Amino acid sequence: MSLTARDLGLFAIMFAVLAMVAMFQSPQLAVTILNMSLISAIMALGVNMQWGYAGLFNVGIMGFTAVGGLAVVLIAQPPIPEAWAAGGLGILLGLMLGVSTILASVIVYKRMTPSKMRGLAIFAVLVVGYLLTSYVFGPAKQAVQAVNPASEGYLGGAGLPVIFAWPVGAVFAAGVAWMVGKVSLGLRSDYLAIATLGISEIVIAVLKHERWLARGVNNVTGIDRPVARPIELQPLPWVQSLAETLGWSVSQTASVVSGLGYSALFIFVLAILIWLAERALNSPWGRMMRAIRDNEISARAMGKDVTRRHLMIFVLGSAVCGLAGAMMVSMDGQLTPGSYEPLRFTFLIWVMVIVGGSGNNWGAVLGAFVIWFLWVQVEPAGRWFMEIVTSGMADGSDLKQHLLSSAAYMRLLTMGVALLLMLRFAPRGLIPER
Amino acid sequence: MEPLNALVSLSNFMLIPALAYGSQLALGALGITLIFSILRFAHFAHGDTMALGTAAVIGGTLFLQAQGITEPFGLPTALLAIPFGLLVMIAYLLTADKLVYKYFRKVKAKPLTLVMASLGVMFVTNGITRLFMGVGETRFEDGNRFLFTVREFRDFTGLAEGMALRSAQALTIITALVVMVALFWFLNRTRSGKSMRAYSDNEDLALLSGINPERVVMITWTITAILLVLAGTLYGLDKGFRPFNYFQLLLPMFAAAILGGLGSPIGAIVGAYVVAFAEMGITYAWRRVFTYLMPEGLEPNSMMQLLPVDYKFAVTFAILVIVLLFRPTGIFKGKVL
Amino acid sequence: MTQPFLIGDSMTGGYGGADILHNCTIAVEKGEIAVIVGPNGAGKSTAMKAVFGMLKLREGSVRLQGEDITGLTPQARVRKGMGFVPQTSNIFPSMSVEENLEMGAFIRRDEIRATMEQVYELFPILRDKRRQAAGELSGGQRQQVAVGRALMTKPSVLMLDEPTAGVSPIVMDELFDRIIEIARTGISILMVEQNARQALNIADKGYVLVQGENRYTDTGQALLADPEVRKSFLGG
Repeated sequence: MSLTARDLGLFAIMFAVLAMVAMFQSPQLAVTILNMSLISAIMALGVNMQWGYAGLFNVGIMGFTAVGGLAVVLIAQPPIPEAWAAGGLGILLGLMLGVSTILASVIVYKRMTPSKMRGLAIFAVLVVGYLLTSYVFGPAKQAVQAVNPASEGYLGGAGLPVIFAWPVGAVFAAGVAWMVGKVSLGLRSDYLAIATLGISEIVIAVLKHERWLARGVNNVTGIDRPVARPIELQPLPWVQSLAETLGWSVSQTASVVSGLGYSALFIFVLAILIWLAERALNSPWGRMMRAIRDNEISARAMGKDVTRRHLMIFVLGSAVCGLAGAMMVSMDGQLTPGSYEPLRFTFLIWVMVIVGGSGNNWGAVLGAFVIWFLWVQVEPAGRWFMEIVTSGMADGSDLKQHLLSSAAYMRLLTMGVALLLMLRFAPRGLIPER
Repeated sequence: MEPLNALVSLSNFMLIPALAYGSQLALGALGITLIFSILRFAHFAHGDTMALGTAAVIGGTLFLQAQGITEPFGLPTALLAIPFGLLVMIAYLLTADKLVYKYFRKVKAKPLTLVMASLGVMFVTNGITRLFMGVGETRFEDGNRFLFTVREFRDFTGLAEGMALRSAQALTIITALVVMVALFWFLNRTRSGKSMRAYSDNEDLALLSGINPERVVMITWTITAILLVLAGTLYGLDKGFRPFNYFQLLLPMFAAAILGGLGSPIGAIVGAYVVAFAEMGITYAWRRVFTYLMPEGLEPNSMMQLLPVDYKFAVTFAILVIVLLFRPTGIFKGKVL
Repeated sequence: MTQPFLIGDSMTGGYGGADILHNCTIAVEKGEIAVIVGPNGAGKSTAMKAVFGMLKLREGSVRLQGEDITGLTPQARVRKGMGFVPQTSNIFPSMSVEENLEMGAFIRRDEIRATMEQVYELFPILRDKRRQAAGELSGGQRQQVAVGRALMTKPSVLMLDEPTAGVSPIVMDELFDRIIEIARTGISILMVEQNARQALNIADKGYVLVQGENRYTDTGQALLADPEVRKSFLGG
């Protein structure tokens, strides 16, 4: 543990603020903020590994979390036998054909000498592969999507306990990260940024469009949860007596208890990750990573394979983001591809890392708490602010209406200003690297 | 076999829209490449700045319409509001530079710090745009919407297949052409333009030669503002204004700039058209065209669409990946590594 | 004693850390060639950069025609009539030869045609290649562009940092000939050279620096004849 009294103080203030939310706003809100902060903290931890340890700029966090979320559907949802019977085989075969097409063209590229013939051969492989793939894949996909489309229309999942989805989400994200990293690491540092920006848009496009996979924009809801739902808790005697002691309603108590159940799980995961991350950072490996980050040229000169190390840390960091994405979906109990927005899922995490202190794991965690809290609270604050601004205006005037309805966007503005102020005046963040 | 009808159909649904889209991308990608070669960072606020510039033009348009000043010569009112948008955006970008980027230049921060700062600017810009415009779609195209319609074309040519040319498309293509020529004239023929190229080539030597870097930076932001406002307005006239769509233009614009070679203006233009035609071509349903081209009895029975339109980003991304794998310096050898 | 045209007088300083120059003096008279030679790491380039204002002096001063210019930035010194040709990255590679020359004259507001003609007279090959990108030229031609660029401000002093680094011996002789020609037009030349023997041959004045200090100072010919200098610095 490398926390100073000052750092602990900052965390203490943060929790005091959350306690005040519980007292003055509502305990449910405090628990909701806490849980999302914990998930954001894990995402920020993953990004901090990439940025703080290795200086890698990943702007595709949204994509990695979404892939992690997909894992929850694919693991926890029950399989749909009719859909599998209708086109499961065709889809698997189609996917295999697609992958083999790409592999075949790579083999042709590697085996043949550069010439016009090679270009033609690759083109031929791609065309034939495409036609075969779509011949097999297209009808199978249609068949699957036609199975009970109102509530199903997809293949379903493996029907396993939802908790298994978390590591699988990490593995999914790691796989995507490996492909992106393989292509764009070792080039200019901004190329990784642009490539990750691209892949995250594509991941979302796939999730939205491929209905056979996870129902696309129709969303998968009612996913099994790792913690009992409030509705299941309400009849329990101990919940009812707890409600009496606290003087809250039973439903409120049940939802707080359920939320705290998630908190416990998330804190457990976060603690393990921090422990691992701190150990890694202070190991010879971590020192080497930071040495590479601070002086890539001399690290290269010393014979370090910088690109490989970067790939490794990029995959690890993205896996952590995938894990967080899976945790988030299992908390919500639903996968809603339409809700993934880059500002919320990529750039907000960046604000957390920068504000918290890049290179410091505890900083990333604190940043996540502070920024998520602001993100939630700025909206009512913005509305309040707008109400004051517009209080002098005539009721029902267009401008007043417009300003009041725009209050939500104050949060974007606030986040931007927070990021810029930190970069300018405290670039090392709330808890600086040491 | 009716090749003429095939060509008309292709032009109507693919070639003309792609040409217009490519022109819009080109203006955007030029800005990215200019900022990259002078300020040396990837400007992530580009899409959102474009949105804000367009918002300013829309504001001006609404004001003019309210004054009853509309549709000059049947053209969109927005054209009259462009000067206002330009002023707003030049002021905005120069202020952003003064408040944000200038400090990081002074302390010689790493390029990624500047990229990060541009993320901050992106957030702020994004917020401002939405404060004014909300997140929904705003249409502000007025005037004669078509230079000629499908029916007019069919009546005139007697072909079975029709073709329309929308004023927004024609305007886009013409404006882009004029702006590109003007930009190249500026870069190659004027003292200020040459000083920009010199600064991009060799910063230290430019300093030694008495070129004032702050002036070069100011000129760069000014040109970027012009390009952004024009690109954004034309895109908005063509497809309607939705702030998020502008953010999403970031990827194709970057892909175009990298494909052409970051730092190379001509590359940005070529890259933009390649990206546009690839996106449109791969997500276009070729059925009609082939129905005209194939002999009778062999007409295609599918849509002949390689990828659904939702995957147009995948096309851009594939182009990007191919460039990064095989020629990271881009077609016109930009400044790389 | 009369003032030299340009003098870096008893200069002491470095790039922030330890001093590199120790009480080092470099001077050049009008229309003469002064050459700084010495072993690697002797502070030759540093001495020249100090004269040009690219590092801060702790002690000593730089005077041009008797005027103290110690506090001026390199850009201001260019305006005062000093031209500088860095050792590397001394051209604008993607710009044409002619544009390189134009950029050299950026601070001038008058007609530059005549000066450009003079540069073309001096380096005829540049006239033939004036539309070509400077980055596509050979090493020797690039050096000519670099020198030509610096001449475009019509400087009274031209400072060259190892102008012959990396060029073939034939090109080197050619360049030295041109440098003599430039000096004959009344421009003072101050240059750092790795090829000490050839450089001292054309030098009116030679400075042998060792560890940032003046070790020997004399005319070029006298240094060449000095057995001590020959033994230690010219390889016998």
